[in-house]
Amino acid sequence: MSLLNVKNLRTSFYTREGQTLAVDDVSFSLNKGEVLGIVGESGSGKSVACYSLLGLVPSPPGKIEGGSAIFDGKDLLKLNEKALRAYRGNRIAMIFQDPMTSLNPFMRVGDQLIEALRCHNKTLSKKAAKEKALSALEEVGINNARERIDSYPHEFSGGMRQRVMIAMALVTEPELIIADEPTTALDVTVQKQILQLLKDLQASHDLAVIFITHDLGVVADMAKHILVMKNGRVVEEGSPADIFENCSHPYTRKLIAAIPQSAKPDEFKYDSSHEDFVEAKNVVTHFNNTRGLFRQRIVSTVKAVDDISLNIREGEIFGLVGESGSGKSTFGRSLIRLVESQAGDIRIGKHRIRELGNTSLREARRDFQMIFQDPYASLNPRMTVFDTLAEPLLLHKLAKKNEVLERVNHLMDEVGLERKHIRKYPHEFSGGQRQRIAIARALAVEPRFIVADEPVSALDVTIQAQILDLLLKLAKKHQLTMLFISHDLSVVRYLCDRVAVMQHGKIVEIEETEKLFLSPQQPYTQKLLSAIPRIHTN
Amino acid sequence: MLRFIAQRLLTAIPVLFVVILITFTLIRLAPGGPFDQERRVPQVVLETLNKRYNLDDPVHVQFFNYLGNLLKGDFGPSFKYPTRTVTEMISTGLPVTLELGFYALLFAMCIGIASGVVAALRPNSLQDYVPMSLAMAGICLPSFVLGPLLILIFGIGLNALPISGWNATPGDKILPAITLGAAYAAYVARLTRGGMLEVLSQDYIRTARAKGLSPLRILTHHALRGGLAPVVSFAGPAAAMLLSGSFVVETVFQVPGLGRFYLQAAFNRDYTMILGTTIFFATLIIIFNLLADILLVWLNPKLRENMLKS
Repeated sequence: MSLLNVKNLRTSFYTREGQTLAVDDVSFSLNKGEVLGIVGESGSGKSVACYSLLGLVPSPPGKIEGGSAIFDGKDLLKLNEKALRAYRGNRIAMIFQDPMTSLNPFMRVGDQLIEALRCHNKTLSKKAAKEKALSALEEVGINNARERIDSYPHEFSGGMRQRVMIAMALVTEPELIIADEPTTALDVTVQKQILQLLKDLQASHDLAVIFITHDLGVVADMAKHILVMKNGRVVEEGSPADIFENCSHPYTRKLIAAIPQSAKPDEFKYDSSHEDFVEAKNVVTHFNNTRGLFRQRIVSTVKAVDDISLNIREGEIFGLVGESGSGKSTFGRSLIRLVESQAGDIRIGKHRIRELGNTSLREARRDFQMIFQDPYASLNPRMTVFDTLAEPLLLHKLAKKNEVLERVNHLMDEVGLERKHIRKYPHEFSGGQRQRIAIARALAVEPRFIVADEPVSALDVTIQAQILDLLLKLAKKHQLTMLFISHDLSVVRYLCDRVAVMQHGKIVEIEETEKLFLSPQQPYTQKLLSAIPRIHTN
Repeated sequence: MLRFIAQRLLTAIPVLFVVILITFTLIRLAPGGPFDQERRVPQVVLETLNKRYNLDDPVHVQFFNYLGNLLKGDFGPSFKYPTRTVTEMISTGLPVTLELGFYALLFAMCIGIASGVVAALRPNSLQDYVPMSLAMAGICLPSFVLGPLLILIFGIGLNALPISGWNATPGDKILPAITLGAAYAAYVARLTRGGMLEVLSQDYIRTARAKGLSPLRILTHHALRGGLAPVVSFAGPAAAMLLSGSFVVETVFQVPGLGRFYLQAAFNRDYTMILGTTIFFATLIIIFNLLADILLVWLNPKLRENMLKS
């Protein structure tokens, strides 16, 4: 008999715009000790389906419309809140995406574990609970757990925090763990460790796991069975082999195709005979931690960019990869002086960036633009698309008042947005469309050089693929030179001509993209490349 | 932490100096002086008085004299009540004002936090609208309307509570404390609601629910601490205002507190008294803002650690 049997689950949200069926007739079952993968993009209903099981969908606006979820003989959907609490965290535990925000920042991690134990077992003494918490922390690989148990979440690194989260789920010895995008917020090498940990724990505890993710690669060699969800419905299911080799639904095919695994298309390759357009020599950017009454004493220095030299040829898309904290963003910002560097020499086109005064820097900014990771945060929410796009045109006197509308319409065409949306505000667009707006804003002033800082990492894979293609097309059309910063190696492989790998503020390796991917020379590059989750197909 | 406190107290010195300088200059610029009466005072008398209080010295000399005395803890004599010093007058009213302010603060915090939490638990329902409408009314109603209103209802209509005096009849502190605290309770309620709503939508609250914790435990152990941060920032200056007394409430309820001194001093051009009360008030604000900041740091482990490091 299966441990969990979900039949015809339907969950709606009631909002001002009306009712939306977030989970539409979803059924699946799971045996003890089995791993089920649920794959889909944001808004596909994969998380809501699992939250519904435990009554964690906020209500209102959410409402479970029907179906059943039999867990060990009891229908979870029929239980009242109090009865459900006996299951939550006790027999069914959850691991959430972002351990930074999902752990209570005001509470010691030990207390958060002990609390999970003691709320289901009132007779357990504090001391016994602490011992259990300690062994759980040790099991997930927290070194010297006895000291760390009294730390607060912010004192751990991202990967360690996710380990704490896993320990918290594990400590009550549940039968089922629901892991909601447990590795999405992590660096690729850390992701690999956490996935391995989950795999080990699943086997050693004979756990049933529902693994929710947007990344097919992550679940490929872990799950026994995979559901692919879209718009609240299961569009395809089967074993990983079925999904990858004989998928029938076009959406699944699109998902698989969207995972960039290929090299840069030949038609977009740059001409390596071009001159260098960007030259950076021995760039150093340090951040000082200061103390004292007037912040006059420097106590420690973070060497975010530590003596970096590189050249980018005209028309080249140059990739800069590294894990979070490697200094890649700071370098990108130092190049175009959004951050002041302390030493070095930077040339972009005819501008010697570090020597420009305030006025000439402002004028020069026309020639280099930046695209940010999160278009929602970097677009002004109180400006319409038209205002956003018209502002740089007027500011740099690139268009007269009466030409502005025409120019903005043209920009909309270029980035693939419909002209009729011109008076809308950023929140009215989807993530992909917002990034198109951000790209249009950068292009408005007809720059020669663009720094793109993780422009696709907040997007779903299928959208990501569209934006990457758009960038390739635009770069070729406008002869753009681009520094493309990313932690995602497959994206870089698809887009970039050459790649630099950064670690601890230094460049580890610079190479032609394909050469780097096929025969990485440095151990760190090898480690990074081997951590990419791969889909093994026979 | 000690460093932080010391640093903040050190920066308070220039702040106080500027406050004194501005007040000192403004009251000298204002027309009239402490010895102007409705009937003209003979020139000779005026000159003698000015000499007696050193008001005939150049203004900058007066200023530095005043500062010098201040450093010795001497706020000077009152110009209006020649037999009493400013220090004496402040210290007679202070205990009463402190007590009244404390009750008002207590009332504001208890009622405000409770109704804010209640409202935040079910936003956009009756449970939210009723306390929040009351809070809006509380902010809009000035104390010179609320005070008499309360007197009318509880004192005269229901004959349940005494309507004036201080420490004379049991229960005579209730109405003034409520009148003084009402507006603050309303602000606290709105801030609590806002803070709680924000915290309740955080991921770690979802984690707490997924752990199977009861709603009460989620509220007390996970939400309140973060949710009350805006209240704490507000409580600092609010406490300073409450503890420094209120002219209106003290007048309406015949409470012998500090509040009336501010107004009288200003009307009488009682230079030393104005300066004395202003310095007192500024000091209170500085101290309570510091206390609020310390509390905020103590509530947030991340800030606490940064503080300990530096």
